[in-house]
Amino acid sequence: MEQFAPVKRSKDGQAVQYLIVDDSVFARKNLGRIIESFGGQIAGEAGDGLTAISEYDRLKPDIVLMDITMPQMEGIEAAEKIVQKNPEARVVMVSSVGYQENIVAALQRGARHFVQKPVKPEVLYEVIKYVLGEDGAVASAAGAGA
Amino acid sequence: MKMELIQPFINAADAVLSQGLQSPMAIENLSMEEEAYRFKGVAAMIELSGDIEGRIIFDLAPKTAARVASHFAGTELPETDGLVREAVCELANQVIGNAVAVLNDQGFKFRVHPPALHTSEQGPKSTEDTEALVLCFDTADGPVFMNIALRYHNPTAQAAAVGA
Repeated sequence: MEQFAPVKRSKDGQAVQYLIVDDSVFARKNLGRIIESFGGQIAGEAGDGLTAISEYDRLKPDIVLMDITMPQMEGIEAAEKIVQKNPEARVVMVSSVGYQENIVAALQRGARHFVQKPVKPEVLYEVIKYVLGEDGAVASAAGAGA
Repeated sequence: MKMELIQPFINAADAVLSQGLQSPMAIENLSMEEEAYRFKGVAAMIELSGDIEGRIIFDLAPKTAARVASHFAGTELPETDGLVREAVCELANQVIGNAVAVLNDQGFKFRVHPPALHTSEQGPKSTEDTEALVLCFDTADGPVFMNIALRYHNPTAQAAAVGA
């Protein structure tokens, strides 16, 4: 897999922490591989919206990657509940069901961005940098190899 | 079965498989089947309900499923690995999700149900559908079968969508 210049947290230079939420183990593993190619760390995983909420409270990750169609509680509702309680939360929806109505609903209910599956690493990389804004910093190539 | 219903699924399968396998693919075979469907290997079936009703089956021989899953996972997976079945479900989810996005933006409203996994180990199984379009995609990892049986449930939505 292509390697990207690592994206670090600006405040302490540490790896960005991710919570991956998807009911498919395969999809979670795939997203995990992509995140690691960005220099990120998987803080935790969840297979449904309810677990995502409790895992967010426990881990306070920098970014949540959230699927939409899941059992127990769907991703858009979980994103809304997380953001209501934690306005600073950065939730990026990652779903194959990328029609306009769904995207608008996700953004209106607190998600910061939407990425369509199958995930293109270069697209997710740009989205992560955008969503982190000044809280993220791209390490130089020299720094990446150090 | 109307071609305007089928085309988004063909386009989505082409896009998802080509990207995931990082190699071009072609439709090797296309046929209409009226007999009950028999699963060939590792199969994920997804049902749709709403303005459009029916089901789509993704079906791969066990060896092909392992090769495709390995490609998507970026690591070698044996046929027996549970992730292979997960991968086939995720592949089906992605193809159907992408196609549904196109149809939804055309005005069709429907619900996509979670995939149900079937394997040939469970013995021959069939669905009750009487007419289905069967496509065989020729990929570098082997043939991938997509069996589509869809129909309009709501004629008003069909007219509105086609006229839009």
